Amino acid sequence: MRTKKARFITSMVTYGVVIALFIILTVMIDNKSISRTLKGQLIPICSWIVMAVSLNLVVGISGELSLGHAGFMSLGAFSGIVMSGWLLNGFQMEDPSLRLILAILAGGLVAGVVGALIGIPVLRLRGDYLAIVTLAFGEIIKNVMNCVYVAVEGKQLHWGFLTNELPGTLLLNGPMGAVKVKAISTFTAGFLLVMFTLIVVLNLANSRSGRAIMAARDNRIAAESMGIHITKYKMMAFVTAAVLAGMAGALYGLSMATLVPTKFSFNESINVLVFVVLGGIGNIPGSIVSAAALTILPEKLRFLQNYRMLAYAVLLILAMLLSNNPVMKSLLKKLIPWRKKPADGEEAMRA
Amino acid sequence: MSENKLRQNTPMVPYPSGAIVPERDLGSIPVLECTHLGIDFGGLKAVDDFNVIMGRTEIAGLIGPNGAGKTTIFNLLTKVYQPTRGTMMLEGRDMGNMTTVDVNKAGIARTFQNIRLFGNMTVEENVRIGLHNQIRYGMFSGILRLPKYWKSEKQQHERSLELLDIFDMASLADARAGSLPYGAQRRLEIVRALATHPKLLLLDEPAAGMNPHETEELMENIMKIRDQFRIAVLLIEHDMNLVMGICEDICVLNFGRIIAKGTPDEIQRNPAVIEAYLGKQKEAKA
Repeated sequence: MRTKKARFITSMVTYGVVIALFIILTVMIDNKSISRTLKGQLIPICSWIVMAVSLNLVVGISGELSLGHAGFMSLGAFSGIVMSGWLLNGFQMEDPSLRLILAILAGGLVAGVVGALIGIPVLRLRGDYLAIVTLAFGEIIKNVMNCVYVAVEGKQLHWGFLTNELPGTLLLNGPMGAVKVKAISTFTAGFLLVMFTLIVVLNLANSRSGRAIMAARDNRIAAESMGIHITKYKMMAFVTAAVLAGMAGALYGLSMATLVPTKFSFNESINVLVFVVLGGIGNIPGSIVSAAALTILPEKLRFLQNYRMLAYAVLLILAMLLSNNPVMKSLLKKLIPWRKKPADGEEAMRA
Repeated sequence: MSENKLRQNTPMVPYPSGAIVPERDLGSIPVLECTHLGIDFGGLKAVDDFNVIMGRTEIAGLIGPNGAGKTTIFNLLTKVYQPTRGTMMLEGRDMGNMTTVDVNKAGIARTFQNIRLFGNMTVEENVRIGLHNQIRYGMFSGILRLPKYWKSEKQQHERSLELLDIFDMASLADARAGSLPYGAQRRLEIVRALATHPKLLLLDEPAAGMNPHETEELMENIMKIRDQFRIAVLLIEHDMNLVMGICEDICVLNFGRIIAKGTPDEIQRNPAVIEAYLGKQKEAKA
């Protein structure tokens, strides 16, 4: 943990780098000097960054293991798609940006409500229950979404479970997922969502609530003895992360023409966890870098054809080894001056 | 045996129920009142029939050999353990249904025998966690950085430094709590507990790991805290100089039961105590 000033600088640098990258990429898109594959990946990258940062809030800052983050993304994606289709068909709302904003809000709301429902019983327990329950939750959501049909008829939304005999146009078609989605997500929206996530997570971490969340993580008994309500603060972190994951899902879902429920499998949850672990548990800028890098990497490895995933795994292991190497760490510290250690207690005593 | 006696032989008077409290506290409700308190771990009666009444500004000591159940009593008082028998009253309020968090909010703060600081946070942040329920603002003020956030953060900062100043630790505010020397960590735990604005402060071996000079300073500071904050202090300690020097009332525990209660002078003369505990030390010293 760094001192307050160092933490402030890190936050500012993070915001600055994200904004600078956005400007550079926007200019590159205008100049058409960016490859088609990368351009197509920009919105998914934004979604995965939001996923990684929000999962880091649970895993790193609150210290609970969640293995079903893709479940919240799924909920957000499909509720976002339904919201957008409903607004378009029922209210003839043509403005794509307003529709996108409302869809993202709907995605966040649904994921947040479900997150709260899961968190209330589970976060009262100690130990690994959250990991077990969220793992099951992710699978349940995937299978439930496989059976859900939603259709829109005028302003009326109809929904069916295991039956597609619904009046009107189908928005969600069970195992076929959402088809013929009007892709309305834009890179700008993705960038704004990343900024929003960063502001929420970094500001939360550096506030009274954030300190309480970290206190509950570091020493449960001491935190309780200081009058901190553990469940309340674990809930705060978990639900905030669920809301952000739902928003990321809506952004992601509305960037694709089709989206099947099986996309959000256990594998995706683990992928997000890999982003968090590789970027450093509790390290927000690290999550951004690793989410972006690991989303681009599999595409860049396409030339290896069948060995693609093997190479991905090897690179991942190498990156983990290198980033934990003390020599590399000290080199990194020299390169980044503000990452100095806080004043050591005994040194400060002498001073 | 206690040359540096800081307490000025407070006259101890019997409370209506028979327990003794300092004369000055007679008019107010006792801050803590335990009756027949006990807890069993399986068949073992770890604490049994523990009765104590503490005056508003009393400094009391809980002594006894290792394993006598002293820390267990602290864990009962803070509801880390649920008592099997008996009642606890804090300022006349029954603590039966309170949780650890409620107990702290109601006014009991503690330190730990095995230090439980938030080692990765700075010294100031540790104190700010103690201020959690004192200077508050909501999650949204924090995320949106509303004026309330800036005002409260400033208040927290000033109050933390004020509290750290009691132990001359304000200059260490930005140091990592885990990097402090052992004695300083113990002092920081006391500051953090004080930050929760307690009425009763429970100190679990506050002088452990301190040198004689530091212990003497600690004694003065405990007296200072009591006078400045007008709180009661209950402490567990093996350092007899400290216990005899500042405690007005002492309770000796052995095998989970009270074997003697009284003023330091009475305790030092009590044959049961000398036999069970102090006697052996005196022989060893001689």
